[in-house]
Amino acid sequence: MTVQLDARPPVTPAPHRRRSPSVRLSRLDTRFSPYLYIAPFFLIFGVFGAYPLVYTFWVSLHDWDLLGSDHAFVGAENYTRLLADPDFWHAVVNTLGIFVISTVPQLLAALWLANLLNRRLRFRTGWRMAVLIPNVTSTAAVAIVFGVLFSREFGMVNWLLDVVGLDPVEWKSNRFASWVAISAMVDWRWTGYNALIFLAAMQAIPRDLYESAAIDGANRARQFWSITVPLLRPTIIFCVIISTIGGLQLFTEPRLFHSGTNPIRGGPLRESQTVTMYMFENAFAPHYNFGYGSAVAWLLFALIAVVAAVNVAIIRRLGGRTPGGRAAMGELP
Amino acid sequence: MGVIPRRRLAAVALAAATALVVTAGCGGGDSAEDGPITLTVDVFGQFGYEQLYQEYMAAHPDVKIVERGTGGNLDEYSPKLTQWLAAGKGAGDIVAIEEGLLVEYKANPGNFVNLLDHGAADLKGNFLDWKWNAGLTADGKQLIGLGTDVGGMAMCYRKDLFAKAGLPTERDAVSKLWPTWPDYIRVGEQFAAKQTGASFVDAATNTFNTILLQTAGNTQGYSYYDTSDNLVVDSNPAVRQAWDTTMDIVDSGLAGKYLAWSEEWVSAFKQAKFATIACPAWMTGVIEGNAGPSAKGKWDIARVPGNGGNWGGSYLAVPKQSKHQARAIELAKFLTSAKGQIGAFKAKGPLPSSPQALDDPAIADATNAYFSDAPVGQIFAAGAKNLKPVYMGPKNQAVRTEVENAVRTVELGQRSPAQGWTDAVANAKKAAAK
Repeated sequence: MTVQLDARPPVTPAPHRRRSPSVRLSRLDTRFSPYLYIAPFFLIFGVFGAYPLVYTFWVSLHDWDLLGSDHAFVGAENYTRLLADPDFWHAVVNTLGIFVISTVPQLLAALWLANLLNRRLRFRTGWRMAVLIPNVTSTAAVAIVFGVLFSREFGMVNWLLDVVGLDPVEWKSNRFASWVAISAMVDWRWTGYNALIFLAAMQAIPRDLYESAAIDGANRARQFWSITVPLLRPTIIFCVIISTIGGLQLFTEPRLFHSGTNPIRGGPLRESQTVTMYMFENAFAPHYNFGYGSAVAWLLFALIAVVAAVNVAIIRRLGGRTPGGRAAMGELP
Repeated sequence: MGVIPRRRLAAVALAAATALVVTAGCGGGDSAEDGPITLTVDVFGQFGYEQLYQEYMAAHPDVKIVERGTGGNLDEYSPKLTQWLAAGKGAGDIVAIEEGLLVEYKANPGNFVNLLDHGAADLKGNFLDWKWNAGLTADGKQLIGLGTDVGGMAMCYRKDLFAKAGLPTERDAVSKLWPTWPDYIRVGEQFAAKQTGASFVDAATNTFNTILLQTAGNTQGYSYYDTSDNLVVDSNPAVRQAWDTTMDIVDSGLAGKYLAWSEEWVSAFKQAKFATIACPAWMTGVIEGNAGPSAKGKWDIARVPGNGGNWGGSYLAVPKQSKHQARAIELAKFLTSAKGQIGAFKAKGPLPSSPQALDDPAIADATNAYFSDAPVGQIFAAGAKNLKPVYMGPKNQAVRTEVENAVRTVELGQRSPAQGWTDAVANAKKAAAK
């Protein structure tokens, strides 16, 4: 007995001998079963993706107290109030700030790590597995440990600063310092993951390109910037988009970085409150204003779309010596 | 023939079934069970019910009691409770509600069983009048919750740090040091001058809240909202007075900056980094939990500066979504009975809200070994029956959060006291309007 991997129906040498219901079933099968095969994804997406999206929009048009029973329709009022809400824009700036200081070094470091891992090393597989280890730890555990490391008075980071004679930093109530601390957490977790994706793409680059470059006298750095990076562009775009989505939705790290009363504010002056935290603060404790929180969610959705588009445009321009981007192979000397 | 098509049909059927199971999984219902029922009790902090559960289960072999949320933070508990209520699913059969949040839950009484329909009216005499009344909706027709504890107020202090700073350590002598808050600040300045390496106060916000509730209780009887639910944060002299006193504490450098309930706050307990903390009765359990067994006998309890006051205290309610309402009500009545309240007090220190319990020798003669055998019964129960309650308005928690954050910005030196006050008023108004 053989396993038939081909999706086409088996070729039947003598169709006239077949009973017709079977043929009809087989035809129906061919035509519709592919839809059934992909149906689970779309059903699940419909239930957990599309429906909440639409429902959230519906909620955002109402004055919706989470516990209340009647929800008055208010049209776009939640959105107009939100656009004039300085705390919302403060959270947007925090989110973008944390995003930039975490993603840029993270992707550069990942590229560098991938380049190292792509060389001939002893225990190569071991090293490659090792960079992924931070990624398999629980985000909550990481955030709590970092929260303690960056504690004002009892934290190890401030202790080390003290050892080298520097003043302690208010990691939780200084806006920029808290961004740096949270970025450190994000980078610790995600750099290795991105490095492995870059590594996979690097291994697909033909070796002879490097050989010809070497014959032409290009050193390692030149090879990296002129061969590796241009050929990795689609992968870099992928990583940038994924990092953008993750970075702008950042929640667990900054939320658990703060402990004590009302940690959802991200510090007494909302120093590191991200947009998702602001959404949570409004939709749940202490305001329970579900309509307003939903409006925040939709504006965040719009923000992610805009930032992702801008990112892709920038990466295309940076990486491509010629417009169009995809013709990287043709650009090589 | 037919092997392959049949196999593919099977695959198709499997795929479709998977999708069905996955989508149906979200709506799955609980099946009624025979035999013993499980009652879930949702709490925060330390309610001290463990021993009482054992007793109750022994007397009712068909009931199993599970407590969730023990030791947790109120800020994490209350959003969860609200979500459970909003979703109509997930809440325990009995839920604890803190007094500052009770008004918000009372605004939507449909989420809870009306305890008056289940014979609770007879229990009125078992509770202090104001505690009973606060559990009623505005029209007085529905009883949401039965009172558990009241806060009471004292000042807990570390004897070893006081000794190090050359201050008296005996509790009556310490009480005499600070009849008023300015006296307390003066003692704090003496303490600070001795450079013990510890600060005098844990966090300015805790002290602020204590002074506010005490001042409000002794004057108008309301804090951020007046009894007609108008926001009076900028016009209530009690708020301003509490603010100014707290600013004096901060100005004198007495505040330890340990954000209440944070990891740092807990570490500061462990490392003896502050000497005093405002201490409602329930706080004694928190201190014991945070400071740990090694600090046993190093803490003691003195009178609070100023005059009395009440911070905190909770209620037990039964959500409508409970599948065992009658049994849950029965258990809630047991836990909030005089006997139940005495049991909880002995276990973790929450002060009874039942006058019978307060008069009971088990409370009046109670001492707390952790706090150097302090006569906690006398310290807390004495004032409890004369407590003047403070009214909490509809968005009390949100407003309190804003004002306390403003206190904290001054404590951390991010804002001047004047800027902080401006922030407090503006942000409180914004929060109240949300």
